[in-house]
Amino acid sequence: MDRMSDNKKIHRGLEPEVTEKLRHQAAELNQCVEREDYVRAMALINEMGDVRDQSLYQEVGRLTRTLHESIRNFQIDPRSPEQKEVLSMMTDASDRLAYVVQMTGQAANRTMDLVEESMPVANAMRDEASALRDEWQRLRRREMQPAEFRELYGRIDKFFVGLSQDADTIYGSLSEILLAQDFQDLTGQVIQRVTTLVKDVEEQMLSLVVMASHVDQLTGTVHHIDGQEVSAEQGVGPQIKPEEREDVVSGQNDVDDLLSSLGF
Amino acid sequence: MKILIVDDFSTMRRIIKNLLRDLGFTNTDEADDGNTALPMLKSGKYDFLVTDWNMPGMSGFDLLKAVRADDNLKSLPVLMVTAEAKRDQIVAAAQAGVNGYVVKPFTAAVLKEKIEKIFERIQ
Repeated sequence: MDRMSDNKKIHRGLEPEVTEKLRHQAAELNQCVEREDYVRAMALINEMGDVRDQSLYQEVGRLTRTLHESIRNFQIDPRSPEQKEVLSMMTDASDRLAYVVQMTGQAANRTMDLVEESMPVANAMRDEASALRDEWQRLRRREMQPAEFRELYGRIDKFFVGLSQDADTIYGSLSEILLAQDFQDLTGQVIQRVTTLVKDVEEQMLSLVVMASHVDQLTGTVHHIDGQEVSAEQGVGPQIKPEEREDVVSGQNDVDDLLSSLGF
Repeated sequence: MKILIVDDFSTMRRIIKNLLRDLGFTNTDEADDGNTALPMLKSGKYDFLVTDWNMPGMSGFDLLKAVRADDNLKSLPVLMVTAEAKRDQIVAAAQAGVNGYVVKPFTAAVLKEKIEKIFERIQ
């Protein structure tokens, strides 16, 4: 349907001067044939062909300019001078996407740094708490010597002090992990711009395809295009809408079912 | 227990390394694709291979086939941890001799379950 309406648009889109010229030439051609001036008639038919070619070239040229323009217009709007410096160096979509990979990578690594710092702290807290609880049970069962109790007394004191410090450390890490998620704002903006560019390019490409099909119709060209299956052996990456596809699993349960049906 | 983790993204290698450490496997090495992993496997006496599928250079699927074709490595347990989710691919991996298949995104519990299942079978 879209293609049909695009088709019409392009027919309607002929320049007024072109249609005027065609109308004029058609009228003159008619007159020539009536007065049997075939030499002039043939020349007119050639001229009409030239007009047709010219209008095609103009249309292709216009589309090419629009395409070029939309690629050139693809620029981010940096807010801070720092971003401006970084982003001004990025002039094409692949650079922008590389920036997204870099930002998300940094955030993931920052998050993992903080998690890896916090895990041993939490482990030490748990170990010391469970050791103290065992000692405390011994005390309650009155199995403890006075010297041992004095040692436990100091250890509990130290534990409380350490507990506040460790809790602060973990809380601080959690806050920083929260902040490390700010990449989503920046990468989201970049990706939205790339998406807009892709849509623009797609529209222009569609117009070019429609244009090319006109050229094919006029010249009577038929193309034989062989559909090529992409091999999945090298890997095709994540599936975006697995629930809408039959040939794709939608999660680990599907994988397990499939493998067990194969005797795994 | 010496484990080789193969993934082109360092963050994913790090996540798997951390999860393995929580499961008690602390002796791990990393490689970023099949081409770097294969020589390591041949010389490194690894007990277990965890690999992604889609990687530049040599893919995890080709690595799996290379491992199964090598007399010294053919019995090495291989777990695929990958975003590849086409049924054909999973069947192909099973036919090529994979020991377990975890599809990304995954949870720590799933990884644990699959690893334990693989070791149960071996012992």
